[in-house]
Amino acid sequence: MRTADLTTALILAATGFLVLWDSVRLGFGWGTDGPQSGFFPFWLAVILIAACAVIAWQAQRRSSRVRFVTREQLKPVLSTLLPSTGFVVLVQFVGLYVATALFIAFYMRWIGRYAWVPVLVLAVLFPVLTFVVFEKWFLVPMPKGPLETWLGY
Amino acid sequence: MGWENLLLGFQVALQPHNLGLAVLGITLGTIIGVLPGLGGANGVAILLPLTFSMNPTSAIILLTSLYWGALFGGAITSILFNIPGEPWSVATTFDGYPMARQGRGGEALTAAFTSSFVGALFSVVLITLFAPLLAEIALKFGPPEFFAIQLLTFSSFIGLGGGNPIKSLVSILIGFILASAGLDIVTGQLRLTFGITELMKGFDFIVAVIGLFGIGEILLSVEEGLSFRGVSAHINPKVVWQTWKVLPRYYRTFVRGAFIGFWMGFKPGGATPASFMSYAFAKRFSKHPERFGKGEIEGVVAPETAAHAAGGASLLPMITLGIPGSPTAAVMLGGLIIWGLQPGPMLFKEKPDFVWGLIASMYTGNVIGVAMVLAFVPLFAAILRIPFPILTPIIVAVCAVGSYAVHDSMVDIWYMLLFGVIGYVFKKLDYPLAPLVLALVLGDLAENALRQSLIMSQGSLLILFQRPISGLISAVALLFFALPVINPYIRRARAGKPPVEVSAPHDG
Repeated sequence: MRTADLTTALILAATGFLVLWDSVRLGFGWGTDGPQSGFFPFWLAVILIAACAVIAWQAQRRSSRVRFVTREQLKPVLSTLLPSTGFVVLVQFVGLYVATALFIAFYMRWIGRYAWVPVLVLAVLFPVLTFVVFEKWFLVPMPKGPLETWLGY
Repeated sequence: MGWENLLLGFQVALQPHNLGLAVLGITLGTIIGVLPGLGGANGVAILLPLTFSMNPTSAIILLTSLYWGALFGGAITSILFNIPGEPWSVATTFDGYPMARQGRGGEALTAAFTSSFVGALFSVVLITLFAPLLAEIALKFGPPEFFAIQLLTFSSFIGLGGGNPIKSLVSILIGFILASAGLDIVTGQLRLTFGITELMKGFDFIVAVIGLFGIGEILLSVEEGLSFRGVSAHINPKVVWQTWKVLPRYYRTFVRGAFIGFWMGFKPGGATPASFMSYAFAKRFSKHPERFGKGEIEGVVAPETAAHAAGGASLLPMITLGIPGSPTAAVMLGGLIIWGLQPGPMLFKEKPDFVWGLIASMYTGNVIGVAMVLAFVPLFAAILRIPFPILTPIIVAVCAVGSYAVHDSMVDIWYMLLFGVIGYVFKKLDYPLAPLVLALVLGDLAENALRQSLIMSQGSLLILFQRPISGLISAVALLFFALPVINPYIRRARAGKPPVEVSAPHDG
């Protein structure tokens, strides 16, 4: 936990410095008609950096020795996070509905080890249902790809 | 004064299509409350885009019903599966799950739903009475008062939230910083964009809610290697009736829980500490404290009453001041803005049908809700038996749909993923997420209130203390900020006495 705590505090403090730098560029004092643009972010960043310093100090002193994440825990997390990332990448190229179908199929087949029949049924049914609800009933458009264009949407 | 208004509200809420929306909202809400990774806040966030084309009153009825449903759903998972779906259901598991193990699941569920109903109803009655008064007072508020209330909001996370106060502070600051990214509407300058065009639009809190609570929660759930082993409950009219005959005995617990819930709940982050406090009090005043934790029905009644009273109360500052008391209320507030309404005290004057329709729908929603969950518990519990490899991709996909729909923007789906990872890390390191979301929602309002106050006073922060109302509120806020520092001394001063409060993980 200590390493994770320290790393997070460090990253947050770095964010603080980035904000600080931009606030100084914008001006954080008193303009002609009130506080300048950088005024509010400037003080937020100052307090953030100070708070991160305290957290780092606390972590040094009394952080528990429990590991942030064990190898056994990391595997299922990554096997969810990486396919999800792949899904988001796919949305850009094939649209949301096809990407959802592929994502469900992949996850059920390779993580859940289901037989092909339930995999295919759900992977087709769910995106079609989403399509009907969003595009037809509520008129909320989703990203679409070549398949939808081919079908005339 | 408010009766004809309330009557007007009931005329709105009892229209068939609004009743239909309430049923739909409660069904979806209960499903969302039962599912891991989906809770009230991000359930409301995901469904928000569906309401863009509705009229605001129907839309808010759908969303509040969803909220009640999610609150009811949390009780089902706590009692039957020992999984608190929401942080404020943690205390419900203490006695609810042992009861279910002993075959008294039906009894526990009936007690939980009934207590929820009583707690929520208590809050709604108080809202009916006090909301117009509070709105009347709030009409006289200027920027310093509003900024003082914001201070109070965030100081209560730090002073009363439990957990590490410095980490709560960091969460708040991150929220404010994210809120300030993008175009500064006052000066027209671009802030924190570093020349990247995508950053110009800033970060939408709805996307943040979906990522932090939705994706983050999924990652946490799979990490624990989920295997739901639930207890099945037999619930039938006879069990319900017999439980109802016993419950009036605990009227003191009901009253205490409702008051604690309302009092804690209209301040942010109140539901969770309220449920723990109510549980602790019930145990303390009970004749058989040794039975608590082993399946005492009073141990279900106490936290559920308080949590739902708090859940209802968190809507009070949202409709009267335009300042939400919980992340879910914050998402609804975002909805108000999208539907073209200006949240705040003026709503009572300008849109009485909206406000009173909303208040009336809290009554109808709770009545419908308690009837529905009592009738369909087995169905809702069956949802948790859907295997995880099927649920996970569906939940992620639904989250993506919700994120994209807010602005029709692909970048938001990426932000959702990023917020998911942040949510996962923050949750593991005990950074509370609720203050981050609230700060992100209120960022612009808080900053503008502060700027205008400073302009009024030519740059002196003392203005916050020089006006009577804002002075009082600011003083209380300062006290809350200081609480984590003072508390050890207070505790030492009255050493020997056991502390009343039970420390709780805070969120909500």
